[in-house]
Amino acid sequence: MRTARTFITLAVFVASTAPLLSETIAITGATVHTMSTQGVLRNASVIMTNGRISAVGTSLTIPSDARRIDASGKVVTPGLFNSLTRLGIVEVSAVEGTVDSASQVDRITAAFDVVDAINPHSSLIAVNRIEGLTRVVVAPDAGKTVIAGQGAVIHLGGPGEYLVREKVAMFAFLGEKGAELTGGARGAAVLRLREALQDASDFAANRRAFDTGNRREYALSRLDLEALIPIVRGERPLVVTVHRASDILASLRLAREFRLRLILAEAEEGWKVAREIAAARVPVLMNPINNLPGTFEILGSTLENAARLHRAGVTIAFMTGDAHNARNVRQSAGSAVAYGLPWNAALAAITSVPARIWGLEDRYGTIEQGKDADVVIWDGDPLEVTTFADAVFIRGVQIPMESRQTRLRDRYKEQASPLPPAYSKQP
Amino acid sequence: MINHPNLKLQPAHSVLLSILLLLSGCVTAPSSAPRATAAGNPPAASTRTAPAMPWKDTSAYQSTYKPLPASDVLITNATILTAAGDRIENGSILLRDGKIAEIGQGVASAPGVNVVDAKGKWITPGLIDTHSHLGVYSSPGVQGLSDGNEATNPNTAEVWAEHSVWPQDPQFLLALAGGVTTIQILPGSANLFGGRGVTVKNVPARDVYAMKFPGAPYGLKMACGENPKRVYGTRNTAPSTRMGNVAGYRTAWLKARKYRDDWETWGRKVRNGDKEPTRPERDLESETLVGVLEGTILVQNHCYRADEMITMIGVAEEFGYRITAFHHAVEAYKIADVLAQKNICADVWADWWGFKMEAFDGIRENAALVDKAGGCAIIHSDSAEGIQRLNQEAAKSMAAGNRMGLTLKEEDAIRWITINPARSLGVAAQTGSLERGKMGDLVIWNGNPFSVYSRADRIYIDGALTYDRHDPARQPRMDFSLDLSADAVTTQATPEVNR
Repeated sequence: MRTARTFITLAVFVASTAPLLSETIAITGATVHTMSTQGVLRNASVIMTNGRISAVGTSLTIPSDARRIDASGKVVTPGLFNSLTRLGIVEVSAVEGTVDSASQVDRITAAFDVVDAINPHSSLIAVNRIEGLTRVVVAPDAGKTVIAGQGAVIHLGGPGEYLVREKVAMFAFLGEKGAELTGGARGAAVLRLREALQDASDFAANRRAFDTGNRREYALSRLDLEALIPIVRGERPLVVTVHRASDILASLRLAREFRLRLILAEAEEGWKVAREIAAARVPVLMNPINNLPGTFEILGSTLENAARLHRAGVTIAFMTGDAHNARNVRQSAGSAVAYGLPWNAALAAITSVPARIWGLEDRYGTIEQGKDADVVIWDGDPLEVTTFADAVFIRGVQIPMESRQTRLRDRYKEQASPLPPAYSKQP
Repeated sequence: MINHPNLKLQPAHSVLLSILLLLSGCVTAPSSAPRATAAGNPPAASTRTAPAMPWKDTSAYQSTYKPLPASDVLITNATILTAAGDRIENGSILLRDGKIAEIGQGVASAPGVNVVDAKGKWITPGLIDTHSHLGVYSSPGVQGLSDGNEATNPNTAEVWAEHSVWPQDPQFLLALAGGVTTIQILPGSANLFGGRGVTVKNVPARDVYAMKFPGAPYGLKMACGENPKRVYGTRNTAPSTRMGNVAGYRTAWLKARKYRDDWETWGRKVRNGDKEPTRPERDLESETLVGVLEGTILVQNHCYRADEMITMIGVAEEFGYRITAFHHAVEAYKIADVLAQKNICADVWADWWGFKMEAFDGIRENAALVDKAGGCAIIHSDSAEGIQRLNQEAAKSMAAGNRMGLTLKEEDAIRWITINPARSLGVAAQTGSLERGKMGDLVIWNGNPFSVYSRADRIYIDGALTYDRHDPARQPRMDFSLDLSADAVTTQATPEVNR
């Protein structure tokens, strides 16, 4: 117990400085969902050394210098992944100065990059990571044009080093939102995107001519064209937020036309065109609890979307699209299970599948030797709303199970104190 | 009159509260009153008895709700959370004539009674949401269906949510599939006084009056804090500050008080035989507020911050009315002792936070801490999504409470979404718990309702099977959803969960 407390103090100290070499930690006696070919291991151990998983199995020899954590009766999974959030670029949604998710200037498009604004000291990060969320995509929101800009993958073990992959994808909007941004017609939104992609292709092939002023004018700025080059070359994915079945098909056509690496986001009516999505091998990022017919482009929303897409062979990963409750992505995953998705596919949609979609599978997504030690010990089924994380490790570092919210809770939990809360001994 | 500041929300008292409300409801809505009265033309004062206050007659808008046809049914072998005490294992419930006739272990069947074997399933009271905008902010959320905020004046106490409700809002059915049987529909929070809320039974109907919960009192939506001061401040009109908000409340209450006094003076003069007393002009805005002063309309006060709630309690004390509940009370946990002592419910989310400054201090344990302090904790939705999973939201707050060392059980948390909301809406004598004689409003869940995996299998309202997940014929559809492409949207009988 004393060791644990000492460690937490140490972790708090270190977390506020720079990257660290972590100790060797052995989690023992757990039910481990490896999310790898090893499947589920019972009464198993996970050993973490220097930020990596050094071993996982049922009859491991625990190194003598390892700090042992008995996880008998507990469940261990990889740290969870939310595939589309605004973590780090929003603090209080209605306080403008704290919101950096979109620009309201139409000159700013593809080159816009969330990395320039991400705040690893955001109070939201601790709130979310103590519930087992260890990595997220931070994505720009729609601003004044169909192309919103570039997102990044971060891990929540900061505030030291926190970037996992910058410029991980380009984000764009079609359907009603795209139409709204381009004069009120869906076709105009597709046209603007096509124009941008054509210009970027031309720019990539004629860079020198452009620099010497011997090329036609482009609709986009030089910076935007440069940012789009990896997209038109198929080196990085284009994430298109889209809802209606017909808009999904329009996105698939555009992807074929330019040989893009397309990822669909939201796609509430995806189940209607699941075969086409599967055939195009396009992954879908979705929040499976979205079932309101809230606009005319999501009249087909259903809680069974995730199960139906999965059954059709579509690769799905889960997202919430928000910042404050990015942690609730596991409730979304549980809900998908309640409406027909196999449990393992739901857990995969917030661990191993996003690792593949975002090209991170060499370091994250499963509990396997050599992977980054993003590991969570749960007090029960990780997709269950009454389950909480007992311990969270991000790249081998055990994070303190503390946030601004737990401090508020502890400050006010006893109201018999004669002193105002701010003067009590609670933090 | 409900002016009982010390009335505790204990079960026995809550029944009393509801009876009192029913009685006062009769005073305000005499069903026998002539139609002309509602139009504002009082009969000539020919006698010397106290004249009826013409503006108290709301019979033109009274409930026409009739329960759906129901046959008697005995549900057996279930785990029952009654919201009125301990759970009942292997329990049975007999629904007869739309009411709970028997509940307990070993309830005997009778000839002509259908028997439903609920082995492995759980039963709870029908869930109740105290804060919804279904029908006033319908789906699809287009401008043509945006009817929830009369944001044209900071005091619109004269508007009634029921006059906006679109009973064809498909969201009612999604809420039904989530086990919600009673809903308070409120105006939005742009105004200091948003208008009257209405409590409905969640049944398909052609008009809102056929949904209105019989005898339920009206609610008055009031709003603190950022919304009113933002909406009007950005137009450079009052209020633009929190102090401006409070001045706005107080001015309105003074006006309402005078309105009541003017009518009472008129009544006294009529009684005294004064030939031609000047009859006051009717004022719909003040009429709603006087309903609050007289205790027949319940204050449902949108208020996030602890310090603002204390201020609002002060305003209520100045003018002698009672606040029934603070809605969105994100900081209720900071004053849980005060709320318990003042007997004011805290209607909260499990974990919404941070979307604006006054919501920055939200914590998951809010409802749990309010409950622990002996207060009236309620999980509400304010959301067409959240209303579909009130059970899961309560589960999160219960589990968070237990994580910090409280010892909350399902028996406690079920009250946050059933009997406590019923009390807060003044309908606890009729619904909100599974007790003999109450309305047959209940949900059969396919598992523990505090699990993310559980779904409402069957929903009974006044004893009538209103929704059955395994029978498409018992899954109502709205006119709006008759489009052919919507056929596959409705959740059909889903295969059992593969865990």
